[in-house]
Amino acid sequence: MLYFTKWKAALVLLVCALGVIYAAPNFLPKGTFATDASYLPGKQINLGLDLRGGSHMLLEVDINSVIRERYEALGDTIRSTLREERIRYRPRDAGLNGAEVTVVNSDEVEKARDLIRNVEPDTVMSGEGNNIVVSYTDQARKELVDRAISQSLEVVRRRVDELGTTEPSIQRQGEDRIVVQVPGLDDPSRLRAILGRTAKMNFHLVNEEKTASEARATGLPPGTMILPSADAGDRAAGINEYLIDRRVVVSGDNLVDSQPTFNEGRPVVSFRFDAAGGARFGDMTSKNAGRRLAIILDGEVISAPRINEPILGGNGIITGQFSVQEANDLSLLLRAGALPAPMQILEERSVGPGLGQDSVEAGEIAAILGLVFVVAFMVISYGRFGVYADIALLINLILVLAVMSVLQATLTLPGIAGIVLTVGMAVDANVLIFERIREERNNGRTIINAIDAGYRSAMSTILDANLTTLIAALVLFSFGSGPIKGFAVTLAIGIVTSMFSAIWVTRLLIAVWVKRRRPTELVI
Amino acid sequence: MKPLHLVPDDVNVPFLKFRKIFYIVSLAMVLVSVGLFLTKGLNFGIDFRGGILVEIKTDGPADIGALRDNLGSLGLGDVSIQEFGEPDDVLIQLQRQDGDEQAQMAALATVTKALGDDVTIRRSELVGPKVGDELKEAGVYSVAISLLLIMIYIWFRFEWQFAVASVVALLHDVLITIGFFVITGVQFDLATLAAVLTVAGYSINDTVVVFDRIREYLRKFRKMDIPDLLDLSINSTLSRTTMTSFTTLLALIALFVFGGEAIRGFTMALIFGIVIGTYSSICVASPLLMVLRLRRKIPEGEETQEAGA
Repeated sequence: MLYFTKWKAALVLLVCALGVIYAAPNFLPKGTFATDASYLPGKQINLGLDLRGGSHMLLEVDINSVIRERYEALGDTIRSTLREERIRYRPRDAGLNGAEVTVVNSDEVEKARDLIRNVEPDTVMSGEGNNIVVSYTDQARKELVDRAISQSLEVVRRRVDELGTTEPSIQRQGEDRIVVQVPGLDDPSRLRAILGRTAKMNFHLVNEEKTASEARATGLPPGTMILPSADAGDRAAGINEYLIDRRVVVSGDNLVDSQPTFNEGRPVVSFRFDAAGGARFGDMTSKNAGRRLAIILDGEVISAPRINEPILGGNGIITGQFSVQEANDLSLLLRAGALPAPMQILEERSVGPGLGQDSVEAGEIAAILGLVFVVAFMVISYGRFGVYADIALLINLILVLAVMSVLQATLTLPGIAGIVLTVGMAVDANVLIFERIREERNNGRTIINAIDAGYRSAMSTILDANLTTLIAALVLFSFGSGPIKGFAVTLAIGIVTSMFSAIWVTRLLIAVWVKRRRPTELVI
Repeated sequence: MKPLHLVPDDVNVPFLKFRKIFYIVSLAMVLVSVGLFLTKGLNFGIDFRGGILVEIKTDGPADIGALRDNLGSLGLGDVSIQEFGEPDDVLIQLQRQDGDEQAQMAALATVTKALGDDVTIRRSELVGPKVGDELKEAGVYSVAISLLLIMIYIWFRFEWQFAVASVVALLHDVLITIGFFVITGVQFDLATLAAVLTVAGYSINDTVVVFDRIREYLRKFRKMDIPDLLDLSINSTLSRTTMTSFTTLLALIALFVFGGEAIRGFTMALIFGIVIGTYSSICVASPLLMVLRLRRKIPEGEETQEAGA
């Protein structure tokens, strides 16, 4: 029956009113209704990075390097334990599967195994014959990875915060990935520069018994390594690498602050240690006056000054051939701390603010024109009923905006396309109903009967047709990334809201018309 | 004012009579699409290939030749440079660099440096080999899974012949849309993949409407021959089919003309797919039901009705 109970009509109107209230903030200046409660109106739709401009970066933390490092440390412990008990062994390189040693005498294997068993908790021992492999349990390995990722997240957050942009989003994705989204960033190269570095800084002593090239020719003295120089001044002087003592004399972990500053008119980076670091630094510089101190960042010597006098205050500066920008970045990285493991940028998408604005404008024009075309065509095709469908279409658009504001869904450029597509497709339900009404009328039914039968028979078709499209939208949502997700979101929301508006809103409008005017002829 | 009807109310086109022609046309289109897909292949964008994309705006009309000389000499492999919508808007694409993600990063830095400060970088995208491969995989999965889910849904709601026919029509539309991409050389990226999936959803939507009517008439007209019944169903829904396709196309054309260069390929795919989807639901899906020997099940003790009652 074409009959609305009062509460049903009230419910339809209520939904429409809520839609208007929740969608309204999008047409008012931002912050008109300042509210933090997510269920209250006042929220605007989130614009995606492709519309507001900004950078999206997908980073991968090199988990293997964390694990390898841990196994190297574990190997050190095992070897010193064996040495204490005078068990002879052949060392093995630590891999990803565990720390490994080979015991030389077969009759000492059991004793070695007993000793190693208690070296570290949460480890399991395996290996055949004289080989002993110690590895972490799956649980311990997972905790190790989780800790490394959460540390990385923290460091990345501190670094991005230093850029001073608003609302950056930093999230873990999957096991070992981090997604960084920074809206409104003009220059993504800066972000790239500060995220692409581990920023592990340590102080080592330069070994001056030999030069690096002599050492290369005659063999490295024990406990040393050769590292490249990143200092332009060194390279100008023909020094490309240094022979460095492996031992870390002071670790960068003890840094508490770092600032860019100027020394003799050149940009330099100042740093300050905590109490323990300051004491160690003072002690080290007193004992090694006259030697060269290598400041090593991510495996490169950034500066290797000679220690002229003990540095006791826990403060120092790093000189080098820095530009102002480089000094800024380096101090930023030192302040934010080192990453527990190197990271790689797997994917980067950056949109300048100009393009985003252009896209929004183009999308708006397209949406408005598409709407005008469809609205006009519906009126031409269905007369009065077309007007009702158009009202439902507008309500549908309002509902899409309202739902997106409430859910704080992100609107992207493909998302706008999704809305435009919804405009075209939302009238489908009405087309189905109206065509059906037309057929029923042509079959000789009375007005009310024809309308009623039209709605009733079209129902299952509308449901089937919309659910299949919804399936495609949901699959898109679960597999898509960024912008595509935005498309799936608007499409899915549009399908659901259009079922409401096309069925209930038009039905209410038609019911009111029939009741008031008592039409004698059905023009459709 | 008398409403305009795209299709007259008493339309009666004998679609089934022409079904052999439709089969031949469709088969030819599918074979050409698949053949070209296998030989020529899609013009994959950096989303799936991996690589670098930079969109720049120049002061005044861009000198594409100079840009080509400048960037071509960097030793970064194939550099594609093309005007993008406006004469001062240029799209630069680099193939995936040998080596790992670090190599891609370095190449992007080289390009931005070579472009200098005279141009504004409107957009830069970098997809490393790892992500490119993953996106490709996710794309294949998403197409496969949505086809499967749609088929299951149709199978639940209809008899198996309908499910098979609708999925054949769906594959027909998806394959020919892909063929369209191969022939036009329009770049195939994440957005166009989304368009293909939307075409899948739309195609099934269109088909389901006709099938619903066939099912209804199967119950209603118990003595009518199946071919006549199929024709009647197609004709009864013809007005709706064309109306909905038309309004959707109206909206999409607005998007195509005014929506900006960035989503033009996406819109083009949708427009083409909707035309094909409309054709297939009328001319392929329903006639296929005959091939699949659709029969009515006759439940005992129900009244039968004559055609036209």
